[in-house]
Amino acid sequence: MSASAMAAGQPAIGRTDFYLVEEPHHEAGGFTHLGFWIYLMSDCLIFAVLFATYGVLGASFAGGPGPRDLFDLGLVALNTTFLLISSITYGFAMLAVYQGDQKKTLMWLAVTGLFGALFLVVELYEFYHLIHEGAGPQRSAFLSAFFALVGTHGLHVTFGILWLIVLVVQINKRGLIPANVRRLTCLSLFWHFLDLVWIGVFTYVYLFGVLR
Amino acid sequence: MSADHSQAYANDPHAHAHDPHAAPHGTFQSYVTGFVLAVILTVIPFFLVMARPIESAGYTAAIVLFCALLQILVHMVFFLHMTPKAEDGWLLLSTIFTIVLVVITLAGSLWIVFHLNNNMMPGGIMDDMIREAPPPSN
Repeated sequence: MSASAMAAGQPAIGRTDFYLVEEPHHEAGGFTHLGFWIYLMSDCLIFAVLFATYGVLGASFAGGPGPRDLFDLGLVALNTTFLLISSITYGFAMLAVYQGDQKKTLMWLAVTGLFGALFLVVELYEFYHLIHEGAGPQRSAFLSAFFALVGTHGLHVTFGILWLIVLVVQINKRGLIPANVRRLTCLSLFWHFLDLVWIGVFTYVYLFGVLR
Repeated sequence: MSADHSQAYANDPHAHAHDPHAAPHGTFQSYVTGFVLAVILTVIPFFLVMARPIESAGYTAAIVLFCALLQILVHMVFFLHMTPKAEDGWLLLSTIFTIVLVVITLAGSLWIVFHLNNNMMPGGIMDDMIREAPPPSN
């Protein structure tokens, strides 16, 4: 194709093009949702590998304490409640976004962040308690796998909260512009996904661990 | 600037509802339905394990696992708003692909290690052998 035809953006007449002369038009961020979902699916594989590791090593106590001695299900139930509440409050934040209500959005985001932080506090307390009892990650293969899996999830929640804070600042500065709405949608996927992974954690690690 | 945009969203909440690439989103009712279902499906397994109304660990584990799978489904539908048509089906396709990989990873690992543990010597035997072995002669 000649340079002049390219500049004009018109296909040359009288010949067949076997390729797209013009890039099909995509609005900015049109595929972000799908792209972010595919990232989440790759994250899902990370968790699958950590779950598999825990499944393999979960019974290797090296003469140390097992799940029944260590886990406090009341604490886990509290944690699960915090995360579930934060999930629905994020949902309410998204509903406020679609209504264009910036104040309500920020309020629900703050509530979500608060419950996320409470989840982290309880988890850190649990970790501190375990390490204090001498049941740290170096005690046995079971505990290494436990800290790797639950710790990775906690790290995800930490970064989710960090992202949430950044978005709150962004919304305060720029309002609910389409770019911010897109970012909020991505974080909502991330946040609900973390709650979904937590279902696997409390079922497989805590409940099955105590049941065994 | 920001006010204009929020105004635009406020006036036309369905402005992006017909955009095939727009993220699907729920309603107040769908979020509350999902939340109530999730709470029920969380309370049941915790109750079953903490109070142990069912003697058999196997039955309890089966119900707990069933609740977990059901709750994952609830989260996907009511919180993540997954539909077969979202993103022209690519969302569902990528998810199914991931689920297949996850199942292979988990089932494969557990299967292999189940056999590995069978082929290992039980804990005590190795220690006895070391104890009874003649001292190395130089």
